[in-house]
This record gives sequence, C-alpha cells and structure tokens, in this order.
Amino acid sequence: MPTLRESIMTAPTDAVASPVRRKPLWHRVLCNWSVRLGGGVLTLLIIMAISAQWLGTIDPVAMDPSSGNLLPGTTAEFNNLSGDSFEHYFVMGTDSLGRDTWSRIAFGARVSLAVGVAVACLALAAGMLVGILAGYFRRLDNIIMRIMDSVMAIPSILFAITLMALWRPTLLTVVVAITIPEIPRVARLVRSIVLSIREEAYVEAAISLGTPTVMILVRHILPNAIAPLLVQGTYVCASAILVEAILSFLGVGLPPDIATWGNIMADGRTQFNQFPQTVLFPGIFLALTVLSVNILGDGLRDTLDPKFNKRGG
Amino acid sequence: MFFFIIRRVLSTIPVLVIVAIIVFLMLRLTPGDPAASLVGNNGTSADIANIRASLGLDQPLPVQFYKWSLQLLKGDLGESYYMKRPVTQLIGQRIGPTLSLSFLTMFVTILLAVPLGVFAAWRHGGWLDRALMGFSVVGFSIPSFVIGYLLIWVVALHWQLLPVQGYVPIAQGFGGWLSHLTLPALTLSIIYLALIARVTRASVSEALSEDYIRTARSKGISELRVLTRHALANAAVPIVTVIGIGVGLLIGGVVVTETVYAIPGLGQLTVDAVLGRDFPLIQGITLFFSFVYVLINLLVDLSYVVLDPRIRY
Amino acid sequence: MFKRVLSKLILGAAIAGAMVGAHAQDDSKVLRIVPQADLKILDPIWTTAFVTRNHGYMIYDTLFGLDGEGKVQPQMVDTYSTSPDGLTWTFTLRKGLAFSNGKPVTSADVITSINRWGKRDVFGQKMFESMASFDAIDDNSFKMVFKTPFPMVLDALSKPSGIAPFIMEKATAETPADKQVTEYIGSGPYVFKQDEYSPGSKIVYTKNTKYVPRSEPASGTAGGKQVFVDRVEWVILKDAQTMANAISNGEVDLIEWMPAEQYAAFKANPKLELVKPTPAGLFDLHLNHLVPPFDNPKIAQAAIMAINQEALLRAQLVNKDLYRTCTSIYPCDSALASTDSAYFTGKPQFEAAKKLLKEAGYDGKPVVLLYPADFAVINKFPPVMAQLLKQAGFNVDMQAMDWSSLITRRTMKEPADKGGWNMFITGWSTGDTMNPLFFPPLTGNGEKGWFGWPTDPKLEQLKTDFLKATDEAQRKKIAAEIQLEVYATGIFAPLGNFDFYSVLRKGVVTGLINAPVNVFWNLKKN
Repeated sequence: MPTLRESIMTAPTDAVASPVRRKPLWHRVLCNWSVRLGGGVLTLLIIMAISAQWLGTIDPVAMDPSSGNLLPGTTAEFNNLSGDSFEHYFVMGTDSLGRDTWSRIAFGARVSLAVGVAVACLALAAGMLVGILAGYFRRLDNIIMRIMDSVMAIPSILFAITLMALWRPTLLTVVVAITIPEIPRVARLVRSIVLSIREEAYVEAAISLGTPTVMILVRHILPNAIAPLLVQGTYVCASAILVEAILSFLGVGLPPDIATWGNIMADGRTQFNQFPQTVLFPGIFLALTVLSVNILGDGLRDTLDPKFNKRGG
Repeated sequence: MFFFIIRRVLSTIPVLVIVAIIVFLMLRLTPGDPAASLVGNNGTSADIANIRASLGLDQPLPVQFYKWSLQLLKGDLGESYYMKRPVTQLIGQRIGPTLSLSFLTMFVTILLAVPLGVFAAWRHGGWLDRALMGFSVVGFSIPSFVIGYLLIWVVALHWQLLPVQGYVPIAQGFGGWLSHLTLPALTLSIIYLALIARVTRASVSEALSEDYIRTARSKGISELRVLTRHALANAAVPIVTVIGIGVGLLIGGVVVTETVYAIPGLGQLTVDAVLGRDFPLIQGITLFFSFVYVLINLLVDLSYVVLDPRIRY
Repeated sequence: MFKRVLSKLILGAAIAGAMVGAHAQDDSKVLRIVPQADLKILDPIWTTAFVTRNHGYMIYDTLFGLDGEGKVQPQMVDTYSTSPDGLTWTFTLRKGLAFSNGKPVTSADVITSINRWGKRDVFGQKMFESMASFDAIDDNSFKMVFKTPFPMVLDALSKPSGIAPFIMEKATAETPADKQVTEYIGSGPYVFKQDEYSPGSKIVYTKNTKYVPRSEPASGTAGGKQVFVDRVEWVILKDAQTMANAISNGEVDLIEWMPAEQYAAFKANPKLELVKPTPAGLFDLHLNHLVPPFDNPKIAQAAIMAINQEALLRAQLVNKDLYRTCTSIYPCDSALASTDSAYFTGKPQFEAAKKLLKEAGYDGKPVVLLYPADFAVINKFPPVMAQLLKQAGFNVDMQAMDWSSLITRRTMKEPADKGGWNMFITGWSTGDTMNPLFFPPLTGNGEKGWFGWPTDPKLEQLKTDFLKATDEAQRKKIAAEIQLEVYATGIFAPLGNFDFYSVLRKGVVTGLINAPVNVFWNLKKN
C-alpha cells in the first residue's frame, strides 16, 4: 500500500527547468520562494515561542475567575489566586477561567513546536533504523514490512488516542504516542533508498572489498538519505503538530492546565457561540504553523533533488 | 486473474493478524494491572483475582492471545466493562451516523474533486489549475476542527442557514438528515478534496500527454468523451488508490468532526471510551476500524483488475 | 464510465429520499430532556450519583414521598400505624400496585428491596442497627419491629436522595448490595426501554400503562405521578454550547441543569424559560482518609485552608445571581446552618496551610484530584482547586476522566498512585445536606462509610445523639458540634451554595414539579 505522501509526491508535477549554470545547493534552497515563505513564517513563530515571556504575557497558568471571558482588546484588573492584582491589557481576551489567551497561545507555541520537532527527530531516527534493517538484510525485510503495513492499517489518530488512554499524559508519552504511527512511512522511504543504493556498482565493490557494513551505511547510504529524510521530516513535523492539537482538543492530550493550542480550543468550545475568540485565535496560529511547515517541506522537496522523492515504497 | 484475486486476498491475512497482535498487546503491556483496570466497580482483591482467572491473565501471553483470537473469530469483541454490554452491540448502535457522514463526505468529495481535477488538467496552467494547487496545500494544513468551527461561526451562527450541530437519522426525514450533515461533511471533505483533486489533476494531466489522446482527438471524438472515456479512465488507478488511502484520513477525521458537531457516532464513542479508560471498548473499536481500512484497500486493489487490465501482480 | 457511475449515484440518492418521505414521529408525545450527566450506571442503590437516582425515580416507586411542603406522604403505602410503645410499625400497600411486567408488588419485594437499601444508605444503616425484625404479615402488609424506638422511620422511607429506597422485584433486589443489578423492572411511572438504551447518546423511557397513580395531585415526590407523554428521551449532550444550540433549535425540550456559563444567553432568549424546581445546592471538596496523605488530619486541614470560595464559585457559576459563599456544611438558608466553622473561612490561607504541611511532614507526593471533564456543572472547579492547592504548597496531579469513571474510581481503596484517589469535588442538594443523618459523606465508621472512609468515632456518637435529640434547640446544638468535628478531621469542606435552574421551552413544556429532586412526571408537551 503506497502511502499518502508518496501518492502526492509521485504524481508528476510540472517539470523543473534546470538552469544553465547550476547554482550551489544551499543557494537554490534559500532562493526557492516556498522555502522562504514557509521558513520565514516558521522562524517568526519560533522567535515568538522562545521570547514568549517578553511579549506582553503573564503566567499562562494563572487564572482569575472574575476576569473570565473578556473580549479581545480589554484592559482590566487581574487578581490572581494568591491575592496579587495588577492591570493587564488582554490582546486576545481571556478564557472561561480568566487566563490570558495571548499568553497561553505564545507559551503554547513552545509545546506545539517542541512536540513537532521531537516527533520528527524520533520518527526519523526510529524509521531510519527500521528501514535500514529491512532494506539491507533480506531475511528481515518481509516480516518488518508486514509489521509496518499493519501499523499503518491502524488509523494514526486512533492509534495515538489509544496509546494516550493507556499511559498517563505527559510530554514524553504524547511525543511517543504520536511518533509510533509515523514510523512506518519513514521506514518505507529509507528502505526504498537502501534498496536502490544497494544495487549500485560501487556498493557491490565495497562489499566485495570486505568493508564493514557500518562503513557502507555511513559512507554510501546515509548521504543519499539525508535530503529525502529532511523533506519527510518536515511533513512528519506538520502532522505531529496537528495530531497533538487534536489530542488536546479531544481531552486526551496534555493535562488541561498546561497551555497548548488544542487545550485552549477545548476550553473555548463550550462557549463558542458567545465567545468564539478562544477557539478561533489558537486555531489561526495552528493553521499558520502547520501551513508554513508544509510549504517549507514542499520547497525543500522541489529543490533538494526532486527525483528522489518520486521513488515510492 | 483468478489467482491474482486469491493471492491478494490472502496477503491481507498476515496484516490482519499482526494488527490483532498489536491491539492485543497494547492492553496487556500497560503499566499496572489490566485486571484492576477491567474490574472497575469493585476494589476487592477477590474480584480482581476472578477477572484475572476468567480472562486467563495468569497464563502465558501466547495462550491468552490464542483464546482471545478464538473469541474474535466468533465475532465477539468483548464486553464494555462500564456498560456491561457487548462491544459489537455498542458499535452497531453508533455506526449509523458515522456511515452517513462518511458516505456523504465521500460522495461530495468525489463529485467535486474529480471534475475539478479533470478540468484543471485540461486547462493546464490556467487559473483553476493554479488555484487548485494552492488550495490543496492549504486544505491539507488547516486542521479540520478549525475549519469546522469557522463554518459553524459563519454559516450556522451568522447566516443561520444550517443547524449548528446534532444528527437526525434518515428515517426521520431526508431534509433533516441532510441539513444536519452538510456542514460536517463539508468540514471533513476539505482535506479529502484537496488530496483527490490534486492526484486527479496530476494523473489526468499525464494521461492527456499520451499519444492515444492525440489519436482520439484527431478522430474527431468530442472533447468531453476524450476527457472522460479516455483520459480519466486511464488515470483511474492512482485516483482510486488515493481514495482508498484517504479512508484512513477519513476515519481519523470522523473522530474530531463528530466531537465538533455533537454527532453520536463511532467517533464520539471512541472519545468516550478513551476518557472512560474502557479498554475492551477501545480495543474493539480500534480493531473494527483497522479491519475496515484493510478491507477497503483490498477492494481498491481488486478494483485495479477492472480498471486496468494491464495490472497483474 | 464516469457518467454511468454518476447517474447510478443520483438515482440511489433519489430513491433514498423518496423512501423516507413522511416518517416523522408524532413529536408532541415525545419529551426530550438533557439530563445532568451521562447514565452509565443503572443501579440507584449501588451508587449515590444523582443521574442514576433520577433514573430510579423514572422507573421505580417508593413507599413514601415528600410533598411540596416537605411533609411525608404515603406513596405505595395505603395505611400505616405505630404501636403505642413506638417499637412496631405496620404498613399496608395500596391495591393494584404492579411492576411493568404485570407482576403484582408484594411485601416480599418490598422487604428485600429495603434490606438491600439499608446496606448501602447511611441512614438506612442506622435504622437497621435499631431494628429487631422486618417481616411480611401477608402479601400486602408487613411490619418492622425495633429494639429501641426509632422515631424517624418515615423520614427514612421517604428519603429523597443520598440513596432513595426504591422498590424493585424480589429477585433483582437479591443481588448483593455491593454489586450492580442487571434487571431494570420497576413499578414506577415509566418503563426503561432497554433495547433502545444507548449510553453516551440516548436513554429512552416509555409510559408505564400498568402504573396506577394516586388520586391526589402531584406534589414533590408524593401524590399522583401522572404521565402525559408517551415517550421520554434523555438526550446526552456533553457540553454547554451543544445544549444551548439544541434547546434553541427545539431539538430538546428541557435541560435538567442549566450550565451556568450560558445563563446570560438563556435569560435573553425569549423562547426559553428558566425555573428553579429544586432547592439550593451545595458543592463539597471530599478527601480520602484511608490512604496518605489525608489520613493525617493536619494535611487535610491544610487542603481545606486552600479553598477560595469566591474564586471557585465564580469560575464555575460565572454570574453572581447564581451562587453564595457559605462556610457551613449545611445550606446557609436551612435550619441547621451554623456559622461556627473553626479555622475554615472560605478564604484562602496559604501561609497557614504551608505551615501545617511542614508540621505534618508532607512528603511532596502529588495528591490525585479527580477531574470529571464531561460534567458541565462541576468541571470548572478542579482546575481552580488545583491551582489553589499548589499555592498552598501541595503537588497536584489532576486526572481527567468522565463522570462515570469518577464514580467508579472513587470506590477504589488503593493508594492514589496505585489506582486510588485523594480528592474530588461534587455537588449535593438541600435534600441531602439539610440533615446530618441523611448526608452520605458524613460518616466516621471507616471502611463501612461513604467514599473517603474517615474514621471518627466522635462523629458517629454525635450522629447518634442527634437521632435521640428531643427538641429543635438540642438538634441545632448537636448539628453545630457535628460541623466542628467535620472540620477538625477534615472530612470534607463546602465550596458554597448555588441555585439549580432548569431550562425549558417556553409555552411548549409545562407542569414541571417543585420537589427535593428533579422529577419528570406530570410534564405536558404542547
């Protein structure tokens, strides 16, 4: 069963006109407008996440029930539960428990981006391991790929939800629960690369010369894998950010007092008709983040050797 | 051809078996005592011991699995430990709304996406083509629940054209059924639409560049017939493939959409089961969905025989 | 090919559309109610959960009821008498009482049911302690003989809540009290339609044609329980927004408990009417005294000191019209309310709490706070309480689950990190809390008591004293002492009083009865 991404990627896109003079790789990457757009927006979001404390925010967990559901743009007294009070400008209003929505969005970006990157790295690492084992060792190939097919047969959100039901919700369990369904796709990609490289003459030569397997993997296979893996990594990242938001929205993600975009939307859901801002603001940020990562991925795919990604599993 | 069908059907069996193993292991490998989780309403150690004996939890894992799969083959998915009713019965009760939503979504999607894709391929490079490409990236990135809430806000609340949420069975009136399912189906179909339209466009575009199209045109066949009878028919294989894969997306999307629109279907049942840590129910639903997914992809693969006589495995 | 497929699809859709035509049910005889929570536990003797109790009132009947003025009135009983020495009570059932399957109600059914009730209910336990025998005289009458006079027999048999003594069939009532029943046949005004029972989605009741209501008008849980609709559907809607949408559209007719955050919207909606059918309610924070750390009363007191009633009530109920702070364990507008609450002020005392924790040697292990995410009426409390506890020096592990899981989880006696629990918050009604003998959590007999299982012999003694009290002044005095004892051990603490509102479609639904609990007979749909 070919995967989703592969179906899109193997569909022929318009031919890329090759320039007469080949610019260096990094230059081509950075000049691609998709990379610029996606990467640019993403960088802004990362900066927002890192510098959340200095962007006019307050403690994202601090609540003041008497300032619940304020409209965006209100300035009001914030009395936190310890009894301190201060004036604050609520750019995006507050949620039902009086927590500042903008603060939760800004700090929530940390969780979303962290989960996205962590899942991408973990899925790439695990997928690489599995893919190499399957591609390189003929005897393991069949059984490994059958297992990967089976994991893919379980719809990924369902898989993640079930795992979260079995474990206690912490950042680690959320990352692992989202990673596991993503591994098969990466594994298939790596396996296909390994399979094609294996047939090359220079690899056969290296084997017959008695080069240790590890060296072959590192010297020949890895360099060819980096580009497509990087592209795949961005798609995994986008998907992970989405799944984490869905898990929180359904109530099975991180505990509800932690600020994540999905949690903010879950809280705002019960009063959507009266106060849509608590759902729509984090929704916009979520959409923007996932969109920018996807566009970045598309740009990387177009520049970093598009030929490779057409080879499906 | 007969052998092909047999072989293809047989090849799903190992996948189903491994899915069953994965689902089986998920509960058994949880931290803590599965018997304690299952016993629920009584904290006495006598009851836990009883459950352990009746489920055979004190026996080695392979024996447990054997017994469990025998049960499975008889169609018994176990009993929800909260509601004390068979899982199959609970699934049967809630499947109506989910099926309605899924069919309507697929119907709408294919109805819109295929013609759009064909048209975009026909007018290659035109404004529709570009718009479609742009839309497909966006459609893939915006989370379905954000789209859902936006639609509710604009269509149901501001314009008051359609109901905000809920489900009316078709037996109580086609009009009610349709009006309640329109927004959910639209929400769910956007991702699917993006995917199918893009693949349709790509494969029809490729088919249109083939020689037989030129032949057909020079024979004076009408353009519509060229597009449908010749180009689309030959492009059918990747399109149908992607429809099959998209079912996995659909299943995941159903869970979120049913939550947003308060539709009492399988998606909501899943969320309820997870929040209640009702393991037999979670297991049953996961198995059910996975099997459906494998089945649909099997049908897709078998349909190749009809769509493209050239394909042989 | 494509066209052929398309035309087939259109044909199919047209046929489906034509087939359904006018299949609409006669809506005027179907009443759709949104209950306070999902109904997954069907045994109202096994659990004190209100939603299950309400289910009980739909399909079962009781020997006595409480009328609109709070007076005990016979319901299933026709005549009754007490012997002069107060030790023997004789009862005769009304003629023609039958279960929905046609079998007549006999003394055997009554005795078995009340026995089972007496094992679970806190007041029932007290009654049975004083009882010498409880036997049938014949199929229609029975008597209770006591060792010492027990003047509150009728109060016990008309107990509206906590656990109400519903009468079930003998065979069903023989189920041990610590297991749930699996048959649901009752002699009440409605019949439970088990084949249409879809937990999480819909619960269906039909009119019990075999039910013979009393001739008096319905009043409270007493009087003639007339049914004017053919079918009642409990539609499970999980969140406040969905409920608001549904009732505005006429998809449901009555919301049992109005979600507070929609109060302003409901008040402003001309199609809807807000009514208060039941007296004020009370929210309590309950602590588990069987396992650490709250087995240490100092730590329990520290947790209680973290309560900030105003903040908690504001978060949950939003509008000041709907709540009042109150530091008494009894509702502040009830007879026994006492202002003497020792260290508990309802305002947070974080420094004092931290000091107590240090003295008691709190080890920093997280306390498990159960959080019923789907129960709109109480699901804003736990996040605020968690914050308050953290400020007071606790580490908190707030675990999200649904309400049915919570009422199951709270039965667990294991330590918190092994599947048990330390604290949860729930709501009670005046009917439960106005009398210390009726209130389920007010127990001090360890594991025989309500969830939390505190051991407090002084409390049990005070309860016995209250039972024996002869006049109002004495009762009030003892009630105040009981309150102090509750705070001293830290069994539970009130978060405040609030009003229960029901929402109904104006002009469409009439006949909602004022009663100690939410009851759904006598309702007419226009």
